[in-house]
Amino acid sequence: MAFGRFAYAPALEARALVALRPSYGLFIGGEWVSPQDGGYFKTVSPSSEEVLAEVAEAGPADVDRAVRAARRAYEDAWGPMPGKERAKYLYRVARAIQERSRELAVLESLDNGKPIKESRDVDVPLAAAHFFYYAGWADKLAHAGYGPDPQPLGVAAQVVPWNFPLLMAAWKLAPALATGNTCVLKPAETTPLSALVLAEIFQQADLPPGVVNIVTGAGGTGATLVAHPGVDKVAFTGSTEVGKQVQQAVAGTHKRLTLELGGKAANIVFDDAPLSQAVEGIVNGIFFNQGHVCCAGSRLLAQEDIADGLVEALKRRLSTLRMGDPLDKNTDIGAINSPEQLAKIQRLAALGESEGAERWSPACKLPERGYWFPPTVFTNVSPAQRIAREEIFGPVLSVLTFRTPEEAVEKANNTTYGLSAGVWTEKGSRTLYMASRIKAGVVWANTYNRFDPSSPFGGFRESGFGREGGRQGLAAYLQDGF
Amino acid sequence: MASKGLVSEGHASTRPAQGASPEEHGLSDLARSEASLRRLLHGLPGVDQVGAQARAASLATRSVKAGAKLWAIDTAISMVDLTTLEGSDTPGKVLSLCAKARRPDPADPSVGPVAAVCVYPDLVPVAKSALASSPVKVASVATAFPSGRAPLRVKLADVAEAVSAGADEVDMVIDRGAFLAGHYGQALEEVQAVRQACGQACLKVILETGELATYDNIKRASWLAMIGGADFIKTSTGKVSPAATLTVALVMLEAVKDFADSTGRLVGVKVAGGVRTAKDAIRYLVVVNEVAGDEWLEPERFRIGASSLLNDLLMQRSKQLTGAYAGSQDYSVE
Repeated sequence: MAFGRFAYAPALEARALVALRPSYGLFIGGEWVSPQDGGYFKTVSPSSEEVLAEVAEAGPADVDRAVRAARRAYEDAWGPMPGKERAKYLYRVARAIQERSRELAVLESLDNGKPIKESRDVDVPLAAAHFFYYAGWADKLAHAGYGPDPQPLGVAAQVVPWNFPLLMAAWKLAPALATGNTCVLKPAETTPLSALVLAEIFQQADLPPGVVNIVTGAGGTGATLVAHPGVDKVAFTGSTEVGKQVQQAVAGTHKRLTLELGGKAANIVFDDAPLSQAVEGIVNGIFFNQGHVCCAGSRLLAQEDIADGLVEALKRRLSTLRMGDPLDKNTDIGAINSPEQLAKIQRLAALGESEGAERWSPACKLPERGYWFPPTVFTNVSPAQRIAREEIFGPVLSVLTFRTPEEAVEKANNTTYGLSAGVWTEKGSRTLYMASRIKAGVVWANTYNRFDPSSPFGGFRESGFGREGGRQGLAAYLQDGF
Repeated sequence: MASKGLVSEGHASTRPAQGASPEEHGLSDLARSEASLRRLLHGLPGVDQVGAQARAASLATRSVKAGAKLWAIDTAISMVDLTTLEGSDTPGKVLSLCAKARRPDPADPSVGPVAAVCVYPDLVPVAKSALASSPVKVASVATAFPSGRAPLRVKLADVAEAVSAGADEVDMVIDRGAFLAGHYGQALEEVQAVRQACGQACLKVILETGELATYDNIKRASWLAMIGGADFIKTSTGKVSPAATLTVALVMLEAVKDFADSTGRLVGVKVAGGVRTAKDAIRYLVVVNEVAGDEWLEPERFRIGASSLLNDLLMQRSKQLTGAYAGSQDYSVE
């Protein structure tokens, strides 16, 4: 990416804000414990390949211990506690997240590879906002529309992904705790650290022991947790592939399930759109968080008569994106989270080329260490090609065109997913027409990737079911919620 | 971008004239009738307020440090139109402003001069003689500044006076009344007439964005001024609040960039009013850099109309070089 005379000097956020321990145990029953039958694994910074810390891998005995701790806390402390008392703890947690926001932002960028401007301005403030929001519900559940005295489910097993480690933990924990459930959280194996700092925050907030337990580990730990008979509720966010396994594991049990899975969202730009903002929305839609976003606008549907100009403007804009050290405050694009994810993106991008789509990336030098993939745009994409159908979960945009609103609807819905979509037009009636016909949990109008704790989020079809956020987000954790 | 298709389709002029590209003449032809001018301005892609403000806010988080900061401060100094536009202005005040403009920091000769000194027309001769043999330009507001409420012939006489007194640059105000009433032709003709009256002088057209109500209007007024022959489009008189904002500058910079893509002519942008700190100025330069690009990072293409800003730029500059802040009493107040 070429910069002219006004090249910004490095502006690094202080790494020293984070005091990492060399080794982290499991957080069970309010204490740090060593794994009984598991070992330790290393977590690596994807931008430098530096080993950040070693983290315990929870085995079946550890998971069992965590579920028992959660059950005890549910029966003795958290379940019987009046909502207004639970709220106090949640407010305290929210404030502590704010107080430690710089530390959490640096940690998230180190462990995940995302730019500090995103962890600082999006992940961490939104995580605090979720706790604030659901703290407000804790003593008002009788007015949430789920009956006069809605009851919690019990112990919730929550498995979260690596793309927004802290934020996804907050999305899961805050509504579960507000409604009186206790939790066992399993962070992703490549990004366990912010959840472990969150455990410190729970200690700081004097949360009763066992109300939240955090078991780190890989897929095996998650599978053990989900299958544990002492669990009443499973909430999973991740890939559709693993989501299907989770659903199979839960089938035939008493466990309630919500899934938030993949997506292949259409970002639809009409010829009467506010074009400069649409370009920003396209960039934000697919290059935010390196495209590691389940609701990413990975398919650009551009109306035929403006498609060429729009792609040209998009390419010009992409040439100004700054890729590099996630801790630099001016970095726009950070690192790919893991070598496995990088390999998947590379494979699908190569497939796009071999299937005949035209590949473009701005001229940019990738850092030597770490896992990197440049922002990439595919044009001449046909709906049958795999880059137009499969979730790439990386900074790769496929551009398709349409002529009429009907065709836009048809193409937008021509996917196995149904999580999100964007519609860009200055015509209000057309926005409503599109929103009522697109099968997606969220349709953004003249914006993209905007989140608020009061707004429910979730999918249709293979994007999963259940809603997180808003009043609707309470339902997944209440007995009469459905 | 999309405006390219809009203005170039079949409207290329057969009568190219001096200084303007065929594409630009195509535009002026299109602007000849009130109806087609309206179609042109209302055919521009809209501006989404929320999105534009979000983009400006995100650019404001750029962190400019060390060498980049020093470069930005020096560049900002070279772009300042050092301005005094008070009823109480005196020749003495203008003289001291001119001295400051030529050599902003008497203690440090490495600080280059500012771009221009901006005064009312009656003080142009004072500024002109004080700035003789210096690269600093004399700019004068004209056309019944700041309200623009005077008959056209009075406005033109105002411009002619300023130019004949030696003004290198003329800052005119558009007729907001005509523009907001939808009389685009009238507003355009006035810009074109002032353009004529300016002769060789550089024309800056003040949109007074604080009175234009929407970003769509700001975009339309920007195009109208550029079609009328503006060398610069300028946000504000400084007499109306809100004056310049980062989002307004962003919308105007997008407009000059699109206009350049359509016509090949590069029009400058001047922000004025409310830019008081070096930090503000650097934020504007970031927007210039990332929205319009390197070609606009020149005093010929970007200006900042200000008075107290210059001292803060000097103070921050010495802080960058010495590591310590000087006191405000170390800088002259004009």
